Amino acid sequence: MNITEMTALELGAKIKSGEIKAPDAARAVLDEIKKKDPYYSGGINAYIITLENEAIKRAEEVQAMIDAGELEDSPLAGVPIAIKDNICTKGMKTTCASKILGDFKPPYNATVIEKLNAAGAVIIGKLNMDEFAMGSTGETSFYGETKNPWNHERVTGGSSSGAAAAVAACEAPCALGSDTGGSIRQPASFCGVTGMKPTYGAVSRYGLIAYASSLDQIGPVAKDAADCAAILDIICGKDEMDGTSLDVEHKSYLDSLSGDVSGLKIGIPRQCFGDGLNADVKAAVLGVAETLKSKGAETEEFDMPLIDYAVPTYYIIAAAEASSNLSRFDGVKYGFRADGFEDLTDLYMKTRSEGFGEEVKRRIMLGTFALSTGYYDAYYKKALQVKALIKKVFDEAYEKYDIILFPAAPTTAPKMGESLSDPLKMYLSDIYTVSVNLAGLPGISVPCGFDKDGMPIGAQLVGAPLGDSVILNAAFAYQQLTDHHKKPAEKFGKEAE
Amino acid sequence: MAWETVMGLEVHVELATKSKIFCSCTTEFGGEPNSHCCPVCTGMPGTLPVVNRQVVNYAMKAGIALNCDITRYNKFDRKNYFYPDLPKAYQISQLYLPICRNGRVPIETESGLKKDIRIHEIHMEEDAGKLIHDEFNDETKCDYNRCGVPLIEIVSEPDFRSAEEVIAYLTKLKSTLEYLGVSDCKMQEGSMRADVNLSVRQAGSEEFGTRTEMKNLNSFKAIAKAINFEAKRQIDVIERGGKVIQETRRWDDNKDKSYAMRSKENAQDYRYFPEPDLPPIEIDDQWYNSVKDSLPELAEAKKQRYISEFSLPEYDANMITGQKALADFFEETTALCGNPKEVSNWIMGELMRKLGDEGIEAKDMKLTPKALSTLIGLVEKKTINRNKAKEIFAIAFNEDLDVEKYVKDNNLEQVSDEGLVLEIVKNVIAANSKAVDDYNSGNKKAIGFLMGQCMKELKGKGDPGVVNKLLNQELNK
Amino acid sequence: MEITKEMVAYVAELSRLKLSDEEAETARKGLGEIIGYMDVLNNIDTEGVEPMSHAFAVKNVMRDDVVRPSHDRAELLANAPKADDEAIIVPRTVE
Repeated sequence: MNITEMTALELGAKIKSGEIKAPDAARAVLDEIKKKDPYYSGGINAYIITLENEAIKRAEEVQAMIDAGELEDSPLAGVPIAIKDNICTKGMKTTCASKILGDFKPPYNATVIEKLNAAGAVIIGKLNMDEFAMGSTGETSFYGETKNPWNHERVTGGSSSGAAAAVAACEAPCALGSDTGGSIRQPASFCGVTGMKPTYGAVSRYGLIAYASSLDQIGPVAKDAADCAAILDIICGKDEMDGTSLDVEHKSYLDSLSGDVSGLKIGIPRQCFGDGLNADVKAAVLGVAETLKSKGAETEEFDMPLIDYAVPTYYIIAAAEASSNLSRFDGVKYGFRADGFEDLTDLYMKTRSEGFGEEVKRRIMLGTFALSTGYYDAYYKKALQVKALIKKVFDEAYEKYDIILFPAAPTTAPKMGESLSDPLKMYLSDIYTVSVNLAGLPGISVPCGFDKDGMPIGAQLVGAPLGDSVILNAAFAYQQLTDHHKKPAEKFGKEAE
Repeated sequence: MAWETVMGLEVHVELATKSKIFCSCTTEFGGEPNSHCCPVCTGMPGTLPVVNRQVVNYAMKAGIALNCDITRYNKFDRKNYFYPDLPKAYQISQLYLPICRNGRVPIETESGLKKDIRIHEIHMEEDAGKLIHDEFNDETKCDYNRCGVPLIEIVSEPDFRSAEEVIAYLTKLKSTLEYLGVSDCKMQEGSMRADVNLSVRQAGSEEFGTRTEMKNLNSFKAIAKAINFEAKRQIDVIERGGKVIQETRRWDDNKDKSYAMRSKENAQDYRYFPEPDLPPIEIDDQWYNSVKDSLPELAEAKKQRYISEFSLPEYDANMITGQKALADFFEETTALCGNPKEVSNWIMGELMRKLGDEGIEAKDMKLTPKALSTLIGLVEKKTINRNKAKEIFAIAFNEDLDVEKYVKDNNLEQVSDEGLVLEIVKNVIAANSKAVDDYNSGNKKAIGFLMGQCMKELKGKGDPGVVNKLLNQELNK
Repeated sequence: MEITKEMVAYVAELSRLKLSDEEAETARKGLGEIIGYMDVLNNIDTEGVEPMSHAFAVKNVMRDDVVRPSHDRAELLANAPKADDEAIIVPRTVE
């Protein structure tokens, strides 16, 4: 099997056994990127930057460590991984796919990067995304849209567009994305890969350039649930640099994958399968329940009120936090500074107006409005109250069920350019993902079939707080019984050989 | 027409923690620009704050000492505004649930007026950086060393009616916070800063006038001047038929006047909202009690103790306990020499005069408890006389002096040897027959002159008791 | 609710964004539509509901008061569009 087609764990095992050398793995992935990715040759454009020299050098170091008998307990030692470009990498350009960050090179590493380094992973490049993680299609990047490896006319979803596309196109065995309102799960669904948003606080946010601090969470994007578990094992844990990270004991997520789902109670919320849901998607997602049932899981339909209110609640909270988080980008400390300003205020205004894209500006203004004098109570405070009610709905559901099953998105990947002209429509398409962030829950998107056009469909398994291993295990069980996640997205790279 | 000035104070106090409020950088004053900084306090993208526990402890201490209710469930909020001294473009502060509320500070003014000033709230927040202006290049440099230094802001109710009350309150605050050890309260270094909200109204009126806020007040003197200036300015405006505009004014201590800051800086909508990066703080009984129990003896209790334990007059006890450094000095010196009365006399006399003359605070003086206690001991044992002791005190005030060695090296021991003194007394009587005649003819004042002549001959070291006794004895022979 | 031209100007000013007349009008319509949609939240009775800023009841996460070495200054200043050896430089602020 070709190196680039292996899962991260398969590749890691072969590196461990000496069958494949870490630098060769890095080279194979870098070659694949060169073949498939370049934007101006009509490529996928999953990467903003590849770290060729650094990656090879690092792979050699890791190989030396493995040869010296170190990194025994690291199943992903020597495995290349790609990083969404809103995660800070020391001395390496980190852009959030925005013009305003310019050539920003963080003076420090995000905690997840430190943890990946310690585990012997090899960072191969920084991934494209919607600007500042604001977007559901991957089209708002300053560095150009990312193409869906299943069909270049379609979007990848977003905002972790590069992460989903790179894994789908075998341009990376695995990746880190971030998920604020579905930014891992929705593109994973559109690109036919497995993507997980862990419980809020399970993974340190230190070094993740904030979009909406109370909702952001870093998570894995990979070929299957086992890879996700292996990555989560590395990146999770209490971090003294992040006051919102959780201090919880847990067993290895990877070791907990038993594939046993007998007695697992799965709730299916009626409200998530009504109008507006594509029929192919509906059938495929409900098929997941049937498959798991065949292995002893129990399923039940139930009512989940208020779910329709998740989108406005989410957008108010996220935009409000974003308007504050993005104020620091002002042309003074880092990144882009506009020319020809008259004074300090003009410097701020020009830099921000020229440096931010349309969607980012829209959300900044929306958030500023929601927090401004006279509107705070009616919008921001109201949204925090509804959030509390939505959280309660989930809490009540988890008294009865271990997992809630619904789609990751109402449709498969839409065509390029369809969504940008109508932001409200784009926001509404986040209906199935945002509530999970509001309630801080873990959610995983698993490939569960294809629509009539051959585009992948993702089902979402959502767990109770800290139920990360429960959803990973259910996804793992499902993937043992199915092969949707094994279907290759494209073969054009290979055919070109 | 009689006018009344109404004021409320917002006092910012830097807390004396070792590290900053949200990162581990030092809070030390000074240092090269941007040398006390890290990615967190310079607002690098992706960084997060984590609260320094000691900040919460100190804020709680201040709150308890100022008779506040402690908010057992309190939270941080973001205050958003763009300015280059604030690298995140928001200040982490507390608006909705500040750590302390409803306090009370009893004050007594110079002229003896006693009243309570109510505290509206005390909240925790981070300081901003310092902007250094380069007029030549028309540029500003940003020094972020102060960014993230912990502050508490103590917000009073509008209970002040005169500059005298304001000064009495600030003196009390400063003293209390110093006793608690939560701040060094140095106005010059900006570790204590007061903004004054001031309005005027006709005496007897219940309604408040339009207020202005005055900033950049760097000393008690500046505060008093600024208050008087602003009250007069507002009265002038109204008496001329104008209206006071709600604005922020900056005091210029060099020009002795305030002026309005540009209106653009006044138009603010801070868009406060709960800080999502910081979990709330919940203070349970155990935590609260441990802080409460750790509170040191404060000025008022100390004063009562000095009166009952050391029999100090109330006035003296009040003065000495007014400054923690003085009270500490008093207690340490008394412990060394066992003579509280004498220590108090020296503090109230020589020391207060010296501090006033030199314009320094007790905490900055060089005088050590050992030096004063040695001086007191030497006077008591009559090794030196009181005048010599005062001379030595003046030296010890400015340097760390080994008093005993100094007395020995300079041969300053008192002369009490009656034989030696008698010889000098006899010489003086022989050499000053005019004064002796005056004395004998009933002018008792002449003995003072003769006494002085004897002391002069003894180089000031004569034991005044012995000289007096022998002089009287010889004159009355 | 109706979003006026003045509201857009105010929000843009607070956000430090400069909008051309055309952009302002687009923003007015766009924000109006989105905010109008958000008004659906008014259908929910939230009387007495405590606003929830954190989904989990995590509390009292604090660090000890320990000083650690500060960061290399040159590295902290390296990204600034304009700086000298010791500080970031901005156009003179109004005093």
